[in-house]
Amino acid sequence: MNAVATANTDRPPLLEVRGLRMHFPITEGVLIGRKLGEVKAVDGVDFAIRRGETLGLVGESGCGKTTTGRCILRLERPTAGEVRFNGVDILALEGRELLALRRRIQVIFQDPYSSLNPRMKVGEIIAEPIRVHGIERDAARRARRVGELLSVCGLDPKFADRYPHEMSGGQRQRVGIARALALEPEFIVCDEAVSALDVSIQAQIINLLEGLREQFNLTYLFIAHDLSVVRHLCQRVAVMYLGRIVELAASDELFDNPLHPYTQALLAAVPVPDPEVEGRRGFRPLAGEVPSPINPPPGCVFHPRCPMAVADCQRTRPELREIRPGHWVACSQVDPPAWREAFAQSSVGRKDGKIPVVSS
Amino acid sequence: MPPLLEVTNLSTEFRTGLGTVPAVDGISYTVDRGETVAIVGESGSGKTASALALLRLIPDPPGRISGGRVLFNGRDLLRLSDAEMREVRGGDIGMVFQEPMTSLNPVLTIGRQITETLEQHRGADRITAHHRAIELLGLVGIADPLRRLKQYPHQLSGGMRQRIMIAIAIACDPKLIIADEPTTALDVTIQAQILELMKSLTRRLDAALIVITHNLGVVARYANRVNVMYAGRIVESGPAQAVYHHPGHPYTMALLRSVPRLDRPRQARLDPIAGQPPDLTRLDGGCAFRPRCRFAVEACARRRPAMAPTRAAGHFAACLRSDEIAVATEVAV
Repeated sequence: MNAVATANTDRPPLLEVRGLRMHFPITEGVLIGRKLGEVKAVDGVDFAIRRGETLGLVGESGCGKTTTGRCILRLERPTAGEVRFNGVDILALEGRELLALRRRIQVIFQDPYSSLNPRMKVGEIIAEPIRVHGIERDAARRARRVGELLSVCGLDPKFADRYPHEMSGGQRQRVGIARALALEPEFIVCDEAVSALDVSIQAQIINLLEGLREQFNLTYLFIAHDLSVVRHLCQRVAVMYLGRIVELAASDELFDNPLHPYTQALLAAVPVPDPEVEGRRGFRPLAGEVPSPINPPPGCVFHPRCPMAVADCQRTRPELREIRPGHWVACSQVDPPAWREAFAQSSVGRKDGKIPVVSS
Repeated sequence: MPPLLEVTNLSTEFRTGLGTVPAVDGISYTVDRGETVAIVGESGSGKTASALALLRLIPDPPGRISGGRVLFNGRDLLRLSDAEMREVRGGDIGMVFQEPMTSLNPVLTIGRQITETLEQHRGADRITAHHRAIELLGLVGIADPLRRLKQYPHQLSGGMRQRIMIAIAIACDPKLIIADEPTTALDVTIQAQILELMKSLTRRLDAALIVITHNLGVVARYANRVNVMYAGRIVESGPAQAVYHHPGHPYTMALLRSVPRLDRPRQARLDPIAGQPPDLTRLDGGCAFRPRCRFAVEACARRRPAMAPTRAAGHFAACLRSDEIAVATEVAV
């Protein structure tokens, strides 16, 4: 297996994912399932997250980003691979040890409407994990803790007596965050945590997540499809396509110098809220659609849509290679010197529609 | 030449258990021939209700169009008979909705759904309609049309279904297409394909387009003019360049500032709009944005400000302090 795509550092990562595969069987028949094929939702994914870091996992629907998150949360049993948390392989944990792990890894879901129990009051929703894990058996102290968590998340402690339907989408998402924080986790999987929110509320929640990360020294895996949000919030970003990571780099590096043709196409497809900039950008959208993960194309999975594909791309599956320090790309056509030259000449309004980003 | 579409004081309300919701509260705007106009706003701002009202598709009860005039090509759509209105919908006005899976009929083939439109509106016979359907699929970039026409919506991907919706919308050479969040349910690369397709088709057919969206980037890329909605009203309207570069309403300005941008250096923190969107059943007589506005003064509580011209031609904003804000943003940018 290739080296784990992590930035150079002496400290061991908080989370390490190696060779992760999640293949869902497609079966026929009711009692004795006959296997017809497999959906290769995640097909060999490697990455690592350092303590205190936010890693973004981006890609389009069906690329496997949510399944990757669910494997880390032990909500799925992966077909193959390792997930190490603080050096311990969590896929082997059972019973008491697994319960202890669940305190340290929490999740924030996308939809604040369906991820909160409509029959429970907000206070009960947040107190539930505290009760289940037997952390605070005294009801009065538990209620006090709920009040604290609500105010940490920017809500009035009085909200504990309300039901989710009495709150707006942004307020509900704050409740979801308070519930995730209730067990004082070290690591939180944010699965499209701001995607369902309106623009004006989205910025509030992004700022809240950033503030909490600093306050509690949290580590996030931030799964999202909105590239501008990911760039804002993440230190490093992994781009997934059809079950595989095609590019992984520090956020600024990835957005300034995207090397994989898919990453470039994704960035070009995002319209910028400025008519003048948009007017200057020549733009040709990527052709075709994402192929089926049941029967992925041979070789590089992106080759049928890739403007740079050569004959060899249909045969050989490219591995992630470290093209520059900390910048990993799975593309056989990426040649470091040529790319450096191409980007030195880049300017606003390039034919390929890429926007060079001014580094701060 | 009069505009293709002239909406005047259009209002729509919904009666709910909690009171009457003025979803659309006296909006006025125009669309010229061949022009792309965007209506931007967040959930509950009334942008979808305003489009449904144009087509008289507001479900009654609980909703109803409570006033206004919609002149399309010189005729007031609100005064047409139901039969005449059916002629307009899908005929001179095409529609593209957000969720192609629910707007297509799941038990009819793609082909039947396209030919039905042609037979209804243009009196085409089956064979002519069939040939036209093949031509339309070609126009919207669907390969192998003969096979696709025999398929059902569930056999197609989301992007493909939206192409079918567009084919139906343009089947009768409409003069106006109304697209309500046409790409919100789609992935970003497919979104780009669909938007480029709509842009090239409206040019080719010389059709005007009203695109309703919450995505400020989509507006910037495709719209000539923009209407910004908040709490059922248009609070700002004007040419896209003017609205984005010199917003005249604090809401527009705050909205533009709150989004992270790929073309700018990373900010330490985003600049969100404080508070929550208003409850439309409890609006008072003042400006609806006042509780969240950093420019609010006492006078803002007295009445909801009317649209007034700003310094740029064709650019209007409904804010008492519009001029001061324009100066403030120039300093900020």
